[in-house]
Amino acid sequence: MSLRIGVPSKGRLMEKTFEWFGARGVTMARSGDDREYSGHVSGIGGVHLVLLSAGEIPRELSAGRIHLGVTGTDLIREKLGGWETRVAEVAPLGFGFADLIIAVPNAWIDVDTLDDLDAVAAQFRAAHGHRLRIATKYHRLVREFLQSAGVAEYRLVDSQGATEGTIRNMTAEAVADITSSGDTLRANHLKILSDGLVLKSQAELFAARRANWDAITLARLSELCAKLGVEAPAL
Amino acid sequence: MPISPAARREAARLKAAFEAAGALPVEADTLLPADTLLDLYGEDIRGRAYVTQDPLLGEMMLRPDFTVPVVQMHMAHGAEPARYCYSGEVFRRQDRDEGRAREYLQTGYEVFARENPAESDAEVFAMFSQLLVPLKLRAVIGDIGLLLAAVNGLSTSETRKAALRRHVWRPKRFRALLDRFSGAAPVAPARVKLLEKLATGSAADLMADAGTFIGQRSPAEVEARAVALLEDAGTRHIPTREADLLDDLLRVEGAAPEALKRLEDIGTELSSIRPAIALMEARLEALSEHGINVDRLGFEASHGRTTMEYYDGFVFSFMADQEGLPPVANGGRYDALTRVLGQGREIPAVGGIIRPGLLAQLKEARV
Repeated sequence: MSLRIGVPSKGRLMEKTFEWFGARGVTMARSGDDREYSGHVSGIGGVHLVLLSAGEIPRELSAGRIHLGVTGTDLIREKLGGWETRVAEVAPLGFGFADLIIAVPNAWIDVDTLDDLDAVAAQFRAAHGHRLRIATKYHRLVREFLQSAGVAEYRLVDSQGATEGTIRNMTAEAVADITSSGDTLRANHLKILSDGLVLKSQAELFAARRANWDAITLARLSELCAKLGVEAPAL
Repeated sequence: MPISPAARREAARLKAAFEAAGALPVEADTLLPADTLLDLYGEDIRGRAYVTQDPLLGEMMLRPDFTVPVVQMHMAHGAEPARYCYSGEVFRRQDRDEGRAREYLQTGYEVFARENPAESDAEVFAMFSQLLVPLKLRAVIGDIGLLLAAVNGLSTSETRKAALRRHVWRPKRFRALLDRFSGAAPVAPARVKLLEKLATGSAADLMADAGTFIGQRSPAEVEARAVALLEDAGTRHIPTREADLLDDLLRVEGAAPEALKRLEDIGTELSSIRPAIALMEARLEALSEHGINVDRLGFEASHGRTTMEYYDGFVFSFMADQEGLPPVANGGRYDALTRVLGQGREIPAVGGIIRPGLLAQLKEARV
């Protein structure tokens, strides 16, 4: 049985992943037509490449349909409850850096910390009759973060894209989103709370704890890890 | 795992006992409008309840407890005083632990009565105690009302008291606020800078410097809070002695009579808690009259602070002597909840639930 490794199927994430493996002697390539989602691995035997949308890789890892997978820390922690019991971290890949942060309008000169956000949430609810809305697609991570910080009286509203625009469009008062440079935030007149870092994320190689690990796949895993120069995870 | 026949039998037995005590059996929808629950519990409930979408009614939740629908029903057309009982499945989302039940039975008893709250508290507790007696559970009581009264008695501004009251149920933030208000924690550097700027300039100028104003929170609201922050900066620290007394209060733990003595000691200095102490004393007397041995009843001042945010008086739990199990039964007083759901009306209320499944499981393990 071959070792199935799930890799983002397009864009920069795919290219960077191919580069990272390539630099370590494991060559990945898409086969044939650019539109065809299949590929192959050379430089090591018995490894099968599975091209997937980055957002689906956590689910496939969790179900054990792939042995290994490349995706963001943020997606694993957002999508998998009890993620440590589902996947093992094999190696950070050093690209795809992004911080999940909480940001508010720059003009909120009275707000710098979560403590301020909490106080403003109380004030906002009293004035507007509804909870202060925070737009995000990272519901679990943000809720757990705010809960452990003891922030009350907010409400998460779902935003699957253009999240920074929600405040101007009056559908949210604050946002929790991924940023790498902060440029989009600044362009949208937003600032990051000084203690508003929810999670630092990057692309990582994960191993699925519930995949079908037999003697052959385990041997291939240690061979692959040796080639990549990373420690094989305890599964 | 499906609910066992033994659990169903326990539930039927408990409900029959509640009915025999004069409680009116009531039913509640399994699908509840999410809005009311979100409004009451906040976003945290989404992490604990199953949310689903109805094309016409909007966001709905699978019943995480019966309290809200029972209170709503009473506030809409209940007689006074009233006693209700119910039994049925509740649904709790588990994000972390695959081993925990997602679906289990709750059998409950709720009393809505204006007169003699100590007697209603004792009635509910004694009823539960009697039903659970064969299991030798450990009972713990507490009183959130004591904490709220202590906060109200602090020598500080109403704004600061309101902030503390709001976070009685979030111990970490409560602690952070108390430390800040009593000068035990430094003011955040960014706040110091802001206060300096506000002292010499205006909030409006600062906002203008910050660029384009966006969003539904208005410039007037930002200005109002800036004024409030300046005012707050001028507020004197809560005296260390008072903060210490509040700490002492939060740490009171022990057999009820000794706990009461300690509270009375604290009350000699923190006089605002005296009415709550008197109520606790009356409650212990009422419990004695109901046949409870209060000398062996545990009291913990911080009990109930981390459960769902609606108990605001007497709280209690019955716990099995076994790691990792949830309480077999718990409950308390929730006067403020009826105010929120009553749209202008309110009535003192106290009640609790037993988990028949856990009860059956413990009984089975015993034989």
